[in-house]
Amino acid sequence: MDAMTPAAQPTSARPAESRADAALGGKAATTLKEHIVEIISDSGEGAQRCGQSLGSIAARMGNGIWTTEIIPAEIRPPARSVAGASGNRIRIGAGPVTNGGDETDLVIAFNEQVLLGRVRGNQLKPGCTILLESMWRSSPDAKVAASYIDTHDRLVKAGYRVYEVPLEAECRRHVSDPRQGKNMFALGMLCSIYSLDLQVAREQVALTFGKKDRGVIEQNVRLLEEGFKWAEAGLDFKYRIPALRNTQPQIVVNGNTALALGALASGMEVCAMYPITPATSASHYLSDVFEKVGGVVHQAEDEIAACAFAIGASYAGKCTVTITSGPGYSLKQEAIGLAVMGEIPLVVVNVQRGGPSTGQPTKVEQGDLLTTLFGSHGDAPKVVMAPATIEDCFYSVITARKIAETFNMVVVILSDAGLATSQTPFPRPHFQESWLAPPIDQSEVPEGALPYAWNPSTGLARRFIPGQPGGMHTVTGLAHDSASHVAYDPEINEAGIRARSLKLAALQKTLRPPPLFGDAEGDLLIVGWGSTKGTIEEAVGALREEGHKVSSMHLQFLQPMPPGIKEAMQRFRKVMTVEGNWCDRPEDEIIDETNRRYSALAMLLRARYLIDVDCWSEVKGQPIKPSVVIRAIRARLQH
Amino acid sequence: MNMAATECLLQLYEERLQLEDYQSGVPRWCSGCGDNAILAAVQRLCRDEGLRPEQTVFVSGIGCSSRFPHYMKTYGFHGIHGRALPIAEGVKMARPDLTVFVNTGDGDCCSIGAAHWIHALRYNMNITLFLHDNQIYGLTKKQVSPTSPIGTRSNTTPRGAYLEALNPLTVTLGVQNVSFVAQAVDWIPELLYDIVKAAYHHKGLSFVRIVQRCPEWLPKLMDPWMHDPQKVQLVHHERALRISPAIAKVYKNHVEHDPLNMDRAREIASSTDVVPVGILYQNPCVPCYEDIRRSGGLRSADYVRRGLEGEFDKFTVWPEGAGEQQAA
Repeated sequence: MDAMTPAAQPTSARPAESRADAALGGKAATTLKEHIVEIISDSGEGAQRCGQSLGSIAARMGNGIWTTEIIPAEIRPPARSVAGASGNRIRIGAGPVTNGGDETDLVIAFNEQVLLGRVRGNQLKPGCTILLESMWRSSPDAKVAASYIDTHDRLVKAGYRVYEVPLEAECRRHVSDPRQGKNMFALGMLCSIYSLDLQVAREQVALTFGKKDRGVIEQNVRLLEEGFKWAEAGLDFKYRIPALRNTQPQIVVNGNTALALGALASGMEVCAMYPITPATSASHYLSDVFEKVGGVVHQAEDEIAACAFAIGASYAGKCTVTITSGPGYSLKQEAIGLAVMGEIPLVVVNVQRGGPSTGQPTKVEQGDLLTTLFGSHGDAPKVVMAPATIEDCFYSVITARKIAETFNMVVVILSDAGLATSQTPFPRPHFQESWLAPPIDQSEVPEGALPYAWNPSTGLARRFIPGQPGGMHTVTGLAHDSASHVAYDPEINEAGIRARSLKLAALQKTLRPPPLFGDAEGDLLIVGWGSTKGTIEEAVGALREEGHKVSSMHLQFLQPMPPGIKEAMQRFRKVMTVEGNWCDRPEDEIIDETNRRYSALAMLLRARYLIDVDCWSEVKGQPIKPSVVIRAIRARLQH
Repeated sequence: MNMAATECLLQLYEERLQLEDYQSGVPRWCSGCGDNAILAAVQRLCRDEGLRPEQTVFVSGIGCSSRFPHYMKTYGFHGIHGRALPIAEGVKMARPDLTVFVNTGDGDCCSIGAAHWIHALRYNMNITLFLHDNQIYGLTKKQVSPTSPIGTRSNTTPRGAYLEALNPLTVTLGVQNVSFVAQAVDWIPELLYDIVKAAYHHKGLSFVRIVQRCPEWLPKLMDPWMHDPQKVQLVHHERALRISPAIAKVYKNHVEHDPLNMDRAREIASSTDVVPVGILYQNPCVPCYEDIRRSGGLRSADYVRRGLEGEFDKFTVWPEGAGEQQAA
């Protein structure tokens, strides 16, 4: 997949094994199918911006990209700290890229400490190329210099291909404060390394700094050009990743921005939220733009208030969204139950993070599926959707709003920290008026009509909205009859529960069977949900190329589950889910069939379809890597 | 549906709503419960103000008082414990055209919903709030509430409440952006009505604490104040509450108080020997959150489309060679 062509010796004595696609000598570019590159620094040094710009440039060139933010848990971690790595990781491919991929091939690091965090986290490929800021070697602080030299030597010894780069010294020749411009110098280097068009890069820099004055743009462009020149002359390798030319405009945003754009496009007017990582950036963006289309982002006093506020606004006729993450989602449970009981349309976005409790706020996990299906006390049926891609994040909000208002239900969108902080291009959507919420129905309610006149076969009823003459009634969280009168009659209670449950079945009748990736029969079917789709399909694709009879199926609707799942599973000898939530490991001494806890989706599939669905999971707080899934599937195929 | 504008006006003019038009069901409160008096005053207000039932929403939490919306023939929202205020705020934000009331009890507002109480004052949305304060948990059968006087014997404080009671008036008067604070008692219906009416007419969050008797759990609690008219202090002002001669004859303890005088309001609110009745604070100049936040523009599909396309433009990567002219 990758190749390295050292034309001259790096400071490391042992360049990695390489397979050259282009001729040696001079500086011919080695052609690669794909490469994973990271730019990491202390936070505030601009590595994020460098990485995002690189992604955009590659995308404009027609390459597939997947960028992932590398975020330290603290706002200002101490400089040069192992846990403080901040930056961006970009997987650049010749074709479309659907996930972050495996380990990193090339890193630019602004100091050796942030790099150590990545090394210890096993994020770098063996023999990975490291371009390391060399200013620390001559630091006046003897401790710093010693640490740098020690780390450098150990990296070289470990087989990494380390190039020391005088980033700061080079930048100082062109600007007075190199700390502000190093990232653009690095961007220039990367453009040279990956043979990206310098003119496209210049344009991207101008776009990135569009709001700033001309001088700032010019200075950054200059640094970009100097970085490019330096790498052309100073590095002994160069790559080229051929691009498939795009013919369609693409949108490049992360999952949270896509969610916010979806809220905009759905015609919703109010978003009520309370700050929580990793969901907040959706609200940040929405706060910036919602008012332009007459919307309001209300930052409530707490998560419960945010949900109650959203319910109030929805009840009054404007379907509303509340955006949160795990702990906030837990706090909202009672209010969600109220919306279920009152049959008030509501969209709840849960950008999942590691849990339980405060867990891992900035890390990815798929741990909230069961709490979403079964959360809130009593029987509280709600629709549960999980976007599988960044593009899905956008469209799922539009769909969720529609379902919420058609079925008078709560719709929960389960995104996660992985989607929230990753970017990959998707076709620019074509606006459709049908996306928008219709104007509030203020027509008169016919005499005798009841607010919960549940249709006996679908459970559906006309939605009564304040302002409708003749529709006056009191919504209540208490058990109620079809007139919304509080009722303790046993038959009435059951009638209400039945109607609210039937609505899920009614929705299920409108869903299509999930498509299969691969053949419709074989030895093993992998089932997944949410952000793992790209990874699973890449892994399954690779194994299919080797001749294995493995396919995959990805569920967008977790509740109700679409038809056709059982039939699809029955055509495979084995079925296994791949998930980002815990399942007990069968190899653990005291784990057996009688006590093993299955992953969430596996548990649901087993319960619903009576099929012996196995599961494999990983909860390391990192996006699951395709190679790891390949290994897991291979193991499953063998026994 | 096609009706000339003048016909429309004529119809409105001719439609006079009666008390029955606001009454729904038979209240299930105990006889002698102060909630009945509050209901009567509010229904009278609706009739006198000619509030359209379909344009009026009563939002409540959980507790005896929160059954209130069920007895109004308007739109109602009987929510969950403590959360009446944020629900009402959502209603008002989405629909500033609706008239919104909140009925909440001392447990609902001052205990489980205390955070929302503080912040609702700060938002100052145009909502009228009635705090039905009977100083005890009624529906769950006699537990101590934050406003129960120290020593109150309840099922959770069989040897008497341990803590000093929280004073909802002084707490409310301590919050930034507070714009209307009044106190009424259920046993003087005329003043209760006048205060409810003043609260309704105030633009902003009108906070009315209504001292309300609970004949079931604390039947004698208010006796000292009821039996001695001197212990009811009427707070009046020409720009606030005016007292009728009939009332003035019975209740002789009067104090004139300018409702813009916050320091004096806090002083009056702090009295323990007398129960002040009247408007303690009113500032019509505090802006309402919904007015600050809402643009009021017409949200047509085209308006949303233009906004959205503008955002898409920011994030669009045009195919190489398509050129910048496309982006512009």
